[in-house]
Amino acid sequence: MTGNRIARALVGIFFIALLATPFVIKRMSAARDAGQSKPDASTALARHGFYLQEVSHAAGINFIHQAPKLDPQLDAIMPEVASMGASVSIVDFDRDGWPDIYVTNSAIGSKNALYRNMHDGTFKDVAAELGIADVNQPGTGVSTGAVWGDFDNDGYEDLFLIKWGRPELFHNDHGHGFTSVTGQAGLPPWLNANTAIWLDYDGDGLLDLFIGGYYSEDIDLWHLTTTRIMPDSFEYARNGGRKYLFHNLGNGKFEEVSARVGIDSHRWALAAAAADLRGTGHPDLFLSNDYGVSELYFNDGKRFHEVGQQTGVGFAPKSGMNTAFGDILNQGRYSVYVSNISEDGILIQGNNLWVPQEGTAGDTIKYQNLARDFGVELGGWSFGAQFGDLNNDGTLDLYLTNGYISLDRNRSYWYDFSKVAGGNSTIIGDAKNWPAFEGRSLSGYQTKRLWLNDGAGKFVDVAQSVGVTDTYDGRSVALADLWNRGVLDVVVANQSGPLLLYKNTVAPGNQWIEFELEGTSSNHSGSNRSAIGAQVTLFWNGQRQVQEVSGGSGFAAQNDRRLHFGLGRNPHIEKAVIRWPSGKTQTVNKPTANQLLKMKEPA
Amino acid sequence: MIQQMRAPALPPQAPAQSKPKPWFSLDNRYIAPAFITCILLVGHLSFGILESYQKTLLAIVTSIALELVLGQIFFHKWVHPASAYISGISVGILLRSPAFWPYALCSAISITSKYVLRVKGRHIWNPSNFGISVMLFLAPDTVATLSIQWGNYLLPMLVIWVLGSVIIWRLHRFHITGIYVASFIAFALLRSGITGSPWLSELAPITGPMYQLFIFFMITDPKTTVRSKRGQCLVVFLVALVEAVLRLFQIVYAPFYALFMVGPTAMLIEIWLDSRRANAAKLAVAQ
Repeated sequence: MTGNRIARALVGIFFIALLATPFVIKRMSAARDAGQSKPDASTALARHGFYLQEVSHAAGINFIHQAPKLDPQLDAIMPEVASMGASVSIVDFDRDGWPDIYVTNSAIGSKNALYRNMHDGTFKDVAAELGIADVNQPGTGVSTGAVWGDFDNDGYEDLFLIKWGRPELFHNDHGHGFTSVTGQAGLPPWLNANTAIWLDYDGDGLLDLFIGGYYSEDIDLWHLTTTRIMPDSFEYARNGGRKYLFHNLGNGKFEEVSARVGIDSHRWALAAAAADLRGTGHPDLFLSNDYGVSELYFNDGKRFHEVGQQTGVGFAPKSGMNTAFGDILNQGRYSVYVSNISEDGILIQGNNLWVPQEGTAGDTIKYQNLARDFGVELGGWSFGAQFGDLNNDGTLDLYLTNGYISLDRNRSYWYDFSKVAGGNSTIIGDAKNWPAFEGRSLSGYQTKRLWLNDGAGKFVDVAQSVGVTDTYDGRSVALADLWNRGVLDVVVANQSGPLLLYKNTVAPGNQWIEFELEGTSSNHSGSNRSAIGAQVTLFWNGQRQVQEVSGGSGFAAQNDRRLHFGLGRNPHIEKAVIRWPSGKTQTVNKPTANQLLKMKEPA
Repeated sequence: MIQQMRAPALPPQAPAQSKPKPWFSLDNRYIAPAFITCILLVGHLSFGILESYQKTLLAIVTSIALELVLGQIFFHKWVHPASAYISGISVGILLRSPAFWPYALCSAISITSKYVLRVKGRHIWNPSNFGISVMLFLAPDTVATLSIQWGNYLLPMLVIWVLGSVIIWRLHRFHITGIYVASFIAFALLRSGITGSPWLSELAPITGPMYQLFIFFMITDPKTTVRSKRGQCLVVFLVALVEAVLRLFQIVYAPFYALFMVGPTAMLIEIWLDSRRANAAKLAVAQ
C-alpha cells in the first residue's frame, strides 16, 4: 500500500514535470538567443567576422515603395490583397563592371527606379531617362517584380517586368536606354504574377521565360466583376493564376509551351527558381506556392515532370513564399529554402529547408525538411531569403526578411484571419466575407533573421548583433558585391517601406573569389550570353561548393549574376570547374584568391 | 477531446446507456477508434493532412504506453488501449508543430491528467482537451492546432457530417451535437450584429474540419459530460455561450478553452450534487 502511494506521488511529480517542460524548453531557447548582443561593429567583427550597416541614404537611395490601391470593393481588406509588389533585382545593365539595382513600385502612377552604380559608393536613379520608370500607368497594372536576362544574346541584360497587369519586356539598347518589345514578343495581355525567371530549359542557347501566376489572369484587380477572387482554400487552393513557359524562338518572339512541356498548375505561385538539382545539365524548376504544396518539375530538356510528392517537397501544404538554392554543406548538392508563416500560438508552419537525403540522387533524389535541425525554421511571416557567404568563411549563410502588415502595433487581425481561413471554400473564396482590417497589423514589425552557417549543420541567428535591426515589412532580398570589394552586400525591398542597402564589412583574413561568366551563344549552339544556368564548382581545402548563375530566385528577386565564394583563412584552391549550359566543361586550375575571374565560354 | 464512445476504462463506471440495437457487430468501444482512423486515413490519402506519420505515431504510442503503465500503477490492471488510442490520434491530428516533442508531451499530459486530476474517482477534464489547451497556453511558440487540414471544400465536409451524425445518433448523443450547432449559429449571428463582421465570417469556423472533430468527438465525450440529457444540453449550450464570449475577445482557440472551462465546472457541480444527494440519502436511512 505504501509502495502504491509512493508510485502515485511519483506520478503526481511526473505530471508537474510534464507541465513544466514547455517552460524549461523556452528558457533553454531564450538562453541560446541571449547570445545576440546589440549591434556593435567591433564586437560583430570579432565574434561573427562581419558587420552590416544600412547606408541607403548615404548611397543616394531614398526609395519608398508604394502599395497598390485596388478596386474599392476590396477596401475592407486592402492591406492584405495589396500586400506585395516590392522587389529588387541586381543587374549590370551598362556592362561597366559595377552592379546596379532595379526596384519596383506598385501604386498606379508610381515610378520604378534603376540605381546606376556611380563607382564611388553612391547610386543615381536613371530609370526615367532610360525609359523604365513610368511603367505603372493607369490601365496597365503595376509592377510586382523584375528579372534580367539577355534574351537576344547581344551582351546586354534585358528586362522582364512582372506585373499585376500587362507584363512588359524591355530590350536593353546597349545600356543607353530600353525599348518595349512586349507586343512582338507574344506575351499575354494581362496576368497577375509575382514570380518569373529566365532559364534556358531546352539548352538551345536562348533564354526562355517562366511566369507563375498568383491571382487568376482573368481578374483585373482594379475593375472587379466579382469579389470571388480569393483562394478557395488556405492550404489546398487551386484557383490561382496559370503558369506560362515562353520558349524563345530567337527572333524576338516567344512561344507559350507550358501545356506542351507538362506544366499545368493553377496553384498560387509566389516564388519560382531553377537549378540543375540532379546533375543532368538541365535546369529543374521549383515552385513555392502560397495556400498549398510546393511543386518540383524535373526537366529532361524537352518536358517537365512534376515530382513534388515523389521527392518529398510537395506533401505538406504551407504558404510558400520563397525559393532559394544553396550548397549549405559544401557537398556539391543544392538544398532548397522555402519560407512560410509562423506566428506564436496561432500558426506554426515553419520554413522548409529541403536537404537531399543521403544516398539519393538523380531521378530518385529525395528531400527531407531539416529546417528545425539546422535552426532555420522559425522566421515569423517569412518572405524573401537568399543564401550567400556573408563573412567569407567558406559556408553559405542565410538572410531572411519577414513581416506581413505593420499597422496598429496594438491590434492584430490574426483572430479574424484564422476565423475565415478555416471556413468553407464558398466563404473563404469571396473577399466580401472577410472582416475589415480596420488598421490592424498582421504579423507586423518583425525582426529579421540572418543565420550564420557553421558548416556542420547548424545555423545561428546573428541579425541583431551584426546590424540588421529594421522591422519593415520585408519582401525581397538580393545579394551582390555592390562595390567590388569581395564581400556580399544585402539589398532589401520593403512593402510600403524604404529600400534598404546593408553594406557589408568583413573582418580581414577570410578570403574570397568571384566569377563573372559569359556564354557565347551563336546559331543555337553554345550558352546564353547571361550564362544563366552555368555552374561553378569550386574545390579548395578538401571541400567543394557549387553555385549556379540564376535568372531569378528568392521572392521577386534576382541576385547579381556574378558568383561569390567565401574561402575562409589560408585557402588553397585546387580548381574551379565551370559547367556551361551548353554542356561544355571548363576547368580553371589553382586560381588565386581575392579576385574576380571573368570567364568566357570556350568556343 | 476525442474520447466519446470508448468503453469506460476506469472506475467508477459511467452509467449504463440504453443498449442500441446492433446494426453491425462492432463493439461500441471500437466505433470511435474506427471512425477517427477512417477520418485520418481518408484525410491523409486525399489531402495529405499529416505532415509526418512519425509525429502521429509518436502521439499514439506515447498515449498507449502511458495508459498501460498508469493503469498498472493505479488500478493494477492492463487498461484497454482504445481510449488512449483515441487520445493519441486526436493529438496527432489536432496538434500542429514542426517539432516532435510537443506530440509526445501533449499525449503524456493528456493521459496523465486522467489519473492525477480526479475528483471522487472521476476525471473531470477530457484528456486531450486538457492536453491541447495546456500546450496552446504554455507553448504557443511551438504549437498550433489544426484549422484547415482537409481543405475548405464541401464534399469532405458533408461526408464527415453525415457519417458523424449517423454514429452520434446511434450512440444517443446527437442532441449534444445538435444543441451545440444551433447555439453556435445563433451566437454567430449575434456576434455579427455586435462586431459588424460579415455573418458568413462568423459562421466560417463551424464549416471547417476542426469543428467537425469538435462537435462529433470532443463535446460528446461520455466520461467528461454530465449524465442527464437535460444537463448535457445545458452544458453544451454553455460551452457555446462561453466560446461566443471568448470570440468577442478575439481568442483564436475559443472552443478549446470554452470546453476546458465549462466541462470540468459542470462535472464538479454534478459530483457535488451527487455527493449531497448521497449524504441526504444516508441521513434519511440513519433517521
